[in-house]
Amino acid sequence: MASTTPDIYPFEVKDCALITLSTGTKVQNLKEFRDALEKVPLPSIDHHFWGRLLRPQFDEPEYNNDFASWAYHGLHDKPLAERLSMTLPTDFDSLEALRLELVDTVEQRLDESEMIPWAKADQQFHFLHSQIVVFDTGLRFDDPKDLTAYLPSLSTGCIFYHFIDARRRTEQRCDDFSAWLSGFGDRYQSLRERLCGFDPYFSSLDEIRTQIANLFQAFFEEQS
Amino acid sequence: MDTASENKNQDFLARYAPVTGTSVIQHLEQLAAPLKGARVVHVNSTREGGGVAEILQKLIPLKKALGIETSWEVINGSPDFYECTKSFHNALQGMGRKVSDDLLKAYEQTNADCAERLRGVLEEADFVFIHDPQPAALLSHFPNRRGKWIWRCHIDASHPFRSVWKYLRPWLASYDASIFSLPEFAQPLPHAQYIVAPSIDPLSEKNRHLPTAEIEAVYAKFGLDPARPLVLQVSRYDRFKDPLGVIQAYLLAAKLTPLQLVLAGGGASDDPEGQEVLQEVQRAAEGHPDIHVLMLPSDAHRTINALQRASDIVIQKSIREGFGLTVTEGMWKGKPVIGGDTGGIRLQVFNHYTGFLVRTPEGAALRMRYLLHRARLRREMGERARQFVMDNFLITRHLREYLTLLVGLQGGCEERVVVG
Repeated sequence: MASTTPDIYPFEVKDCALITLSTGTKVQNLKEFRDALEKVPLPSIDHHFWGRLLRPQFDEPEYNNDFASWAYHGLHDKPLAERLSMTLPTDFDSLEALRLELVDTVEQRLDESEMIPWAKADQQFHFLHSQIVVFDTGLRFDDPKDLTAYLPSLSTGCIFYHFIDARRRTEQRCDDFSAWLSGFGDRYQSLRERLCGFDPYFSSLDEIRTQIANLFQAFFEEQS
Repeated sequence: MDTASENKNQDFLARYAPVTGTSVIQHLEQLAAPLKGARVVHVNSTREGGGVAEILQKLIPLKKALGIETSWEVINGSPDFYECTKSFHNALQGMGRKVSDDLLKAYEQTNADCAERLRGVLEEADFVFIHDPQPAALLSHFPNRRGKWIWRCHIDASHPFRSVWKYLRPWLASYDASIFSLPEFAQPLPHAQYIVAPSIDPLSEKNRHLPTAEIEAVYAKFGLDPARPLVLQVSRYDRFKDPLGVIQAYLLAAKLTPLQLVLAGGGASDDPEGQEVLQEVQRAAEGHPDIHVLMLPSDAHRTINALQRASDIVIQKSIREGFGLTVTEGMWKGKPVIGGDTGGIRLQVFNHYTGFLVRTPEGAALRMRYLLHRARLRREMGERARQFVMDNFLITRHLREYLTLLVGLQGGCEERVVVG
């Protein structure tokens, strides 16, 4: 449907830097994990879905959030890891709803288990959270085509802020690029759909930046 | 700041751009903008020797280049003070030994004396970073401090000896924040606990590119055979670095594979045990001409760089390790690393990707043999290791996290701080 009231505004490029903090909560078995999930601050739940983007890691992420990864590598509970990995934060209206879903998934697994799964002492799960500092780069773009040329040189902090952080920051729970493009009515509908269809859960911030730049570039090449 | 100084600072920062990319430097400049003119003081107990001094030698000029007024103060004490703080260091790493009241008295007296000497600079600072336990008691002497005080723990404090932790905890509890290298090291304290991994400086004498002739010169200098493989451990002579375990591993591997071992270390002025451990190592190496035990001066950075580049495998068989900067350095030079399965080494060494984690001398010997028979694999692992350091452990990342922390503390520890 064609938009009747286009809401065009310049795209303001913001950058951010993040730092990780300990919550002081650590757990070693599935029951402790369930109890901690109920109590830890909500930003910690959020952090464990996206914090891996900030952390040194080498291997390909087999699971797309820290909870699922620990269920597999710490508790050696593959069914739980699989179920937790299919929990997507964007499917929930709030972090509290996401927390309840996680607790429910763990409860279900506890019900199924004859014994409580334990991790080794040096494989405990540490609940973390992060602090984000946001600053304005001063860059402004009125035309999506102009932004396209600039995308490959954006810092990974910009990518985190506009593509990942936006999903928890905005009411629409979508990335800032898509939200901006929607202001132009149907003109960039196909590009918006491609951006929304990109699954960032298994990519590094460098890869996400490359993918976004490729989507923009391909769209404008098709248009020309 | 005058224009000449500003230009000098810009030049200093710009030197990092060819390694990290220009966007990284711009990012740092923007992040540092709200901190311009802030007075930051770092305090530790030695200017030379060990990873902490090395990091500060680089972090401080970089902060200055970003317009932050940064200085570095060192506290000095009697032999009893150093004996006490070495005991603290060992105890935080889990070695259970009580510290006598006399030594604790020396610790408190040194901190009280140094507090008077540093009163002007510390009282007026906007941010004070206190590194490790040595100067930790300073804070209690500054009831009128105006800035935020941060305790930076570089040690693997995951399982501290409880009686020493109970003694130190009240000193630490009053800080505004603490920093640990890994989540596992954090201890319950009533303030924000940040997680920041250490880093290396790619432009330092120890890590910069070297001409081939300079690398090859170490063979003649230390009586090494260029035709046979070389395994190297660089670290202080400290029991937690397990130099005797490395010798044991070498002896096991050398039965089947021709190789040479170099243990290269130096002393730190705040480590009174170093000489004793060196003598133990020298005794263990006696009668083995292919074990080279080197005692290098604290400024032998280029020599260490050349040794790391000349080696085929870098080993760091620590049994406790805060982070293991020598692991990072070896990886930066494209070497696979055999590391102790402990602390920060786990953050850097990934089995079959960047090296191997081991728990015993036998494990280290096995991996030496495995790697020495696979030249291509060593190269591939080394390339991955270098890229991994590039992405995660350069000083620019470290600086970014410190700046984020400072802006965050200025913002009152809120989860989201918007500046500008």
